[in-house]
Amino acid sequence: MAEPLLEARSVTKRYGHVQALDGASFAVLPGEVVALIGDNGAGKSTLVKVLSGAIRPDGGEILVEGEPVSLSSPVDARRHGIETVYQDLALAPDLDAAANLYLGREIYLVPLLRVLNRSAMRRSAVSAFAELGVELPDVSAPVATLSGGQRQSVAVARAVAFASKVIFMDEPTAALGVVQRGRVLDNIRRVRDRGISVVLISHNMPEVLAVADRVEVLRLGRRVARFTASEASLEQLVGAMTGALTTEGEGGVK
Amino acid sequence: MTGGVQAGAAPAGGATPQPRPREPWRGPAARRLARRLITANETWTLLALAILVIYFTVRAPREFFTLSDFSLIAQNSAALLVMAVGQTYVILTAGIDLSVGSVLVLSGVVAAEYYTHNGGAAAGTGTVWLGAVIGLAVGFGWGAVQGFLVAKAKVPPLIATLAGFGAALGVSYLVTGGSDISSMPKKLTSTIGLASIAGVQWLIVISFLVAIVFGLILAYTRFGRYTYAIGSNPEAARRVGINVDRHLIKVYALSGLMAGAAGIMSLAFFGNTTIAGHATDNLTVITAVVLGGASLFGGRGTMLGTVIGLFIPAALQTGLVIIHVNQYWQYVAIGAVLVAAVYLDQFRRRLRERA
Ligand SMILES: Nc1ncnc2c1ncn2[C@@H]1O[C@H](COP(=O)(O)OP(=O)(O)OP(=O)(O)O)[C@@H](O)[C@H]1O
Ligand SMILES: [Mg+2]
Repeated sequence: MAEPLLEARSVTKRYGHVQALDGASFAVLPGEVVALIGDNGAGKSTLVKVLSGAIRPDGGEILVEGEPVSLSSPVDARRHGIETVYQDLALAPDLDAAANLYLGREIYLVPLLRVLNRSAMRRSAVSAFAELGVELPDVSAPVATLSGGQRQSVAVARAVAFASKVIFMDEPTAALGVVQRGRVLDNIRRVRDRGISVVLISHNMPEVLAVADRVEVLRLGRRVARFTASEASLEQLVGAMTGALTTEGEGGVK
Repeated sequence: MTGGVQAGAAPAGGATPQPRPREPWRGPAARRLARRLITANETWTLLALAILVIYFTVRAPREFFTLSDFSLIAQNSAALLVMAVGQTYVILTAGIDLSVGSVLVLSGVVAAEYYTHNGGAAAGTGTVWLGAVIGLAVGFGWGAVQGFLVAKAKVPPLIATLAGFGAALGVSYLVTGGSDISSMPKKLTSTIGLASIAGVQWLIVISFLVAIVFGLILAYTRFGRYTYAIGSNPEAARRVGINVDRHLIKVYALSGLMAGAAGIMSLAFFGNTTIAGHATDNLTVITAVVLGGASLFGGRGTMLGTVIGLFIPAALQTGLVIIHVNQYWQYVAIGAVLVAAVYLDQFRRRLRERA
């Protein structure tokens, strides 16, 4: 097995009485699509937030290319080439799509005075969206006026535009129609083919099996199984998620 | 007042994109422009101001909206305009600054105290400048403390600045013993307070310069964009690496600084500290910002809107006096317009969320 690009080892996180992560481990290999699946409340989003620097874990280790790192903010994660599409999208609804794409990474006309180069940002936003096959009626309309699917596209485009190693996508297709959903899956493959690994979180098992190279299963805040997607069946995935099947720590599936 | 947080969330479930109804008789570009104009709050505010001006001009063609009227209104509103500039930033972050009138008084009192001990009416230019800088620093510092309370101590802005409002006035009374200081340097009152440049009062020039400069900063720089982003969705701003707390402190400090500037302008204009005269400045200023189309939930509003919003009550007051209607009707009218403006904002927000 190649050295993981990004790895979590025995990460714990507690919210009050809820042990959201209970010694969770997870690995992303270079150039792969890995699906992170699990029942509602299994801790998937929490794990994503830990690995993208949005929250700090109570314990455990995070390694980037084998080196232990501390991700104390999303900026740290970005510096390591890790981008995230959050489940709640994390867009500013009153700003337009271009402004959201470049939020926190603005391009300047007069760098000294921090004067923004709005037309440059708009232009490259348009081409970033075009590259993903996203059609926005108006890149300078506030994101709040876009449909749910269009907003999701903006969040995906933002991650794709800046990631160099890993993109986390927390349920990127949940709000999408059939056509848009197909596009996002195409984009996931396209990003992988550029050499960027994608972590896909999804409740849609056929979708997972269609696009992922590997699958890791989380249950009650802990990894319970790992599969190679081409060898796994729907029943196995569901079994692992519900607890009927546990392979991790028993030397089962690799 | 963190209503922006949920606004970014996508609707749950697998809704398919709705086909949009087509309007073949209109090109998309024209429609976009039309939609932009209709949804821009300043359009409506400007329309309201225009209607007022036209109405009063027709009713009293020789008296209303003469040049002298306008410059009188602008001069009386100069300090308010400067405070409204700071307030606009605060309201854009979904905050509020109730302290401005008291901070104006406190800054003026501290500067006046300095003047009395350094030559009084005969103080030189250097002293006048230094006193002004001291006044600005007091406002800035006071605002920064309030910003710290809001950003770091998580005290709601309403409470933090209400406390600041009371405390600043209290300190002003303690410093002066309750009686206004009134021997201001001639060099201050006869220049900024009275003189004109190219026929326009200095106070007006200063207030509009401040509005223009900070309007440009708001619209075209990173500072402005972060202000909108934080008011729109603070969590999203945090996740892209914006230091939200530090930005909030800066915004409240800016509002304090503006109140400090207004304090010096007020000293120059009135020639004394007018301690009891600014109890409702905060309400006047907030009204202007909201009439100007800013959303109390943050993220929406412009400096142009604020400027227009400030002159609506002023035009109303002048107009009512001229057409011999009891001018106290203006307060009733402004109250009604204010409620209408906020209702409209809420209504649009609900529409948007449903879409
Ligand atoms: N901010 C929070 N405060 C308190 N509890 C939380 C918080 N975030 C998550 N939790 C709890 O931690 C557990 C794991 O939540 P998490 O969001 O990671 O699950 P998930 O696997 O992403 O679920 P879903 O599939 O529904 O998105 C849940 O029990 C949840 O209630
Ligand atoms: Mg989740």
